[in-house]
Amino acid sequence: MSTLAHIFESEGLATIAFGSIKSQIEATAPPRGLWCDFPLGRPLGVPSDPEFQHRVLGKAFELLDSPEPVFAEYDISITDDETEVLACPMPPRHDPDAHPAVDEANGLRPAYERAIAEYGNRVGAGRVVQVDDITTAIEAFVKIAEGTPWKEAGVPGIPSRVSQDIRGYYETAALALSDYAPPAWAGTRWFLDQTEAGKVIMAARQAMADAGEQNPIWFYMAPGDR
Amino acid sequence: MADSDIKAMTENLDAVEFDETAFTVPVPLTEAKVAIVTSASLHHPDDEDFSPMDTGYRVLKSEPRDYVMGHWSPNFDVTGFALDINTVFPIDRLDELAAQGVIGSVAEEHLAYAGNQFELSAIRMDSGPAGAKFLKEQDVDVVLLTPV
Repeated sequence: MSTLAHIFESEGLATIAFGSIKSQIEATAPPRGLWCDFPLGRPLGVPSDPEFQHRVLGKAFELLDSPEPVFAEYDISITDDETEVLACPMPPRHDPDAHPAVDEANGLRPAYERAIAEYGNRVGAGRVVQVDDITTAIEAFVKIAEGTPWKEAGVPGIPSRVSQDIRGYYETAALALSDYAPPAWAGTRWFLDQTEAGKVIMAARQAMADAGEQNPIWFYMAPGDR
Repeated sequence: MADSDIKAMTENLDAVEFDETAFTVPVPLTEAKVAIVTSASLHHPDDEDFSPMDTGYRVLKSEPRDYVMGHWSPNFDVTGFALDINTVFPIDRLDELAAQGVIGSVAEEHLAYAGNQFELSAIRMDSGPAGAKFLKEQDVDVVLLTPV
């Protein structure tokens, strides 16, 4: 963002760059920078809270009053407590013959459709895996976790992108199953640690790492600290 | 997994250095046309998805607000944007500020780039200046830059 700020200013546009990582925005020094200590993915802080978002924007626009480059810190922090997991009731097992992750994904389909109807498909399936093919993608990762080389497992795209579609399917479905707006990362922790599909992806990722596959092929299937 | 751990992973990345800090004096905010430029790789559903190291940009129209998250990085929360686009792309808030007369107007077209880039020369030399030209041709005065 800061690189674009420098370029845009040199072309005659006044800019205000938001930053979520203090060391980054300090190092890149945009002409007008506002560090907001908010979780990654939420530069305006709190979803569905117009009052909070307006307060952040108000602080940002104040920087336009400065006659010279300026850096400011927003006075409210939002900190990820590192433990909160989305509280989300899961559908019961339906098909005992299906892999638990496949059965689970099928069971979440009505919730996914309700969430899409309410919010639109903003982060769900559809990058490379359409919603009807989510279970097929999960089955491919099951094969990898069980030892099949990833190129022979039928993964319908670059593994990290396929993984994003599955994660997006689950985190979107969860919005219709929970009765509150989850704090940042709570949905991701729920997906990776508490769902069968999340466990399959992590197992497949580990299997690919153990098999010596190139790091970018498997590393980005999950957040980098996992 | 924790937000602080993900942030720590980026702390030692090299920062692009500019010899001078360009600085444009803005018009009064009440007269300014404001645009949003995000590095969240947003795009409209029918527009081309971002590729892994895509240095280009996509145009985001003010309507329809059917924006899709096309980012390749798994290293940020997505539920905030899923619930409310304004968490990343505060277009509704800008509309409200324009209606109140706090800002002059809201641009009809905005831009999205792909963050998480390690090679920035193409953005510095090509798509960055091209994006600025696009915004200037719309008479944009002020740009809000939002990351994820």
